[in-house]
Amino acid sequence: MSQGTNYVLGVYEDEDVLMDAIKQVREKGVKIEEVYSPFPVHGIEDALGYKRSWLSVAAFMFGITGTSLALTMQIGMMGVDWPMIIGGKDFVPIPSFIPVTFEMTVLLAAFGMVGTFFGVSNLKPWGRPRIYDIRITDDKHVMAIDLDKNDLKEAEIKSIVDGSGASEVNNKTFE
Amino acid sequence: MHAESEVRIPLVTGGKTVHDVTEDICSRVEEKPTKLWMMAMAVSLALLAVGAYAVYLLLWNGIGMWGLNKTVGWAWDITNFVWWVGIGHAGTLISAILLLFRQRWRMSINRAAEAMTIFAVICAALFPILHTGRPWLAFYWMFPLPNTFGSLWVNFNSPLLWDVFAISTYFSVSLVFWYIGLIPDFASIRDRATNKVSKAIYGALSFGWTGGAKTWSHYETVALVLAGLATPLVLSVHTIVSFDFATSVIPGWHTTIFPPYFVAGAIFSGFAMVLTLLLVTRKVYKLEDYITIEHIEMMNVIIIVTGSIVGIAYITEFFIAWYSQVEAEQYAFINRATGPYWWAYWSMMTCNVISPQLFWFKKIRTNLAATFVISIIVNIGMWFERFVIIVTSLHRDFLPSSWAMFYPTAVDIGTYVFSFGVFFTAFFLFAKFFPVINMAEVKSIIKATGQKK
Repeated sequence: MSQGTNYVLGVYEDEDVLMDAIKQVREKGVKIEEVYSPFPVHGIEDALGYKRSWLSVAAFMFGITGTSLALTMQIGMMGVDWPMIIGGKDFVPIPSFIPVTFEMTVLLAAFGMVGTFFGVSNLKPWGRPRIYDIRITDDKHVMAIDLDKNDLKEAEIKSIVDGSGASEVNNKTFE
Repeated sequence: MHAESEVRIPLVTGGKTVHDVTEDICSRVEEKPTKLWMMAMAVSLALLAVGAYAVYLLLWNGIGMWGLNKTVGWAWDITNFVWWVGIGHAGTLISAILLLFRQRWRMSINRAAEAMTIFAVICAALFPILHTGRPWLAFYWMFPLPNTFGSLWVNFNSPLLWDVFAISTYFSVSLVFWYIGLIPDFASIRDRATNKVSKAIYGALSFGWTGGAKTWSHYETVALVLAGLATPLVLSVHTIVSFDFATSVIPGWHTTIFPPYFVAGAIFSGFAMVLTLLLVTRKVYKLEDYITIEHIEMMNVIIIVTGSIVGIAYITEFFIAWYSQVEAEQYAFINRATGPYWWAYWSMMTCNVISPQLFWFKKIRTNLAATFVISIIVNIGMWFERFVIIVTSLHRDFLPSSWAMFYPTAVDIGTYVFSFGVFFTAFFLFAKFFPVINMAEVKSIIKATGQKK
């Protein structure tokens, strides 16, 4: 076996075949590292046993941060630092503060969530991705299996993947 | 939790495979610019240059270069601002609201519509920035900076300040939403790139995307939450724009119907602009299999709905002016329809209320030439709507001795031309270098709703 990380790659043409294949391969005790697809396949995260994405919680947290920041800013500026009577309104006219508070909530929720998404998914402009198969971003679904993390022999894994409906079974090594 | 509607006409025709989608869209980015594109680009750059000269004159000499006077203090500038922001609304409606409603026909039009949103909001933002006269100082006036910077805190009671927050949030959130959608498609282009330069550029733009299931799962959540955030956001933006008028005490502006009426008008004009742009893009890029007659018909249906809402709003305003028995309000409306600006009012009525009703006929709403013409008429009408609201409400104020007319100067026209230059230059650059259709999304529906060979 060569140096580095060795993968067996199952290439699938169709998302429904892929879904069945994931179930079969996992039932036979093979650990799948990740499945790569050109488009989101519905239900694939359940088939792979992933938890639901928690990014909506992150968005909510950033959102309430935005709400409180906006309110603190407006109350601090108009109510505390330099109170002025404008149009006979209170120093802290809450109805007037709603639009800016809403916008800041949305702004922080969106940017916070997207920033977190880039962070957890390791997406960055200078990122050098491991490209398992150049056709993933075109039309092929690729199941990557890390040989070192599996107890089964390479030949056994290959036959399981092959039997699950893969159109090709390839090897790939990364340094 | 997945409900399927009855069998519909395929959303992608021509028996396309997933690979065909990549091929059809990426090859537009990879091929050399065509003559037609060069010509279109030359025209937009010419508009940009002419407009830039007008903007130079404006900034050098001041706002006096516009035709504004003591009575009419807002005219083309704010008309153009509201018009462009309104146009932007369709993109967010398509990508966010139709996503929440699981309308799959949005998928082949959302990319171009969102691009249009972003460029339209840039064009819109130009006008309030330019109308400050000295934009390099505007930062101090518009953002909440400490008093030590030279002036007092900004006034959070002012709808103009809410606008600053609304427009900048809208722009940045739309940009992020659009970009998130582009990442997987940039990765497709990266993996097909044959030369080093485009591999490096699209590699950086794609943020190292690989398409792992875990990333896709996060990605889908991000798209859904962004759609959930963008939906109230887009409704808030034009609501706040309408507050610029509605919270004042000018007869003709002081109207509680403004927020829903402005939002409907925004979506109405936005869809018209999406149609104008997409009918051309579709033809030039031969995207007939992706943007089908069905797509165009759906957009025309939205135009009838929003156009009718706008029509009802016009009539309601008139009725309420009479019913309120407020003399100034009644005069403002009688003056709109029969005063010196009657031609603007009736252009607005004809273009916005009558022309979209033609789409009740299936023959007309599935006809490309008719759709194209009506889409332009609608946008002319919507420009007149804002002109009517702004100028006719101002030009005859409370004191008859100060009544005046507004006459645009060459710089007024030039500034407007500048915004077109910005818009079309940006749109043509987008159409050439970015994937004009969201490949990843379209690929995901090929199997379910693509036409079988």
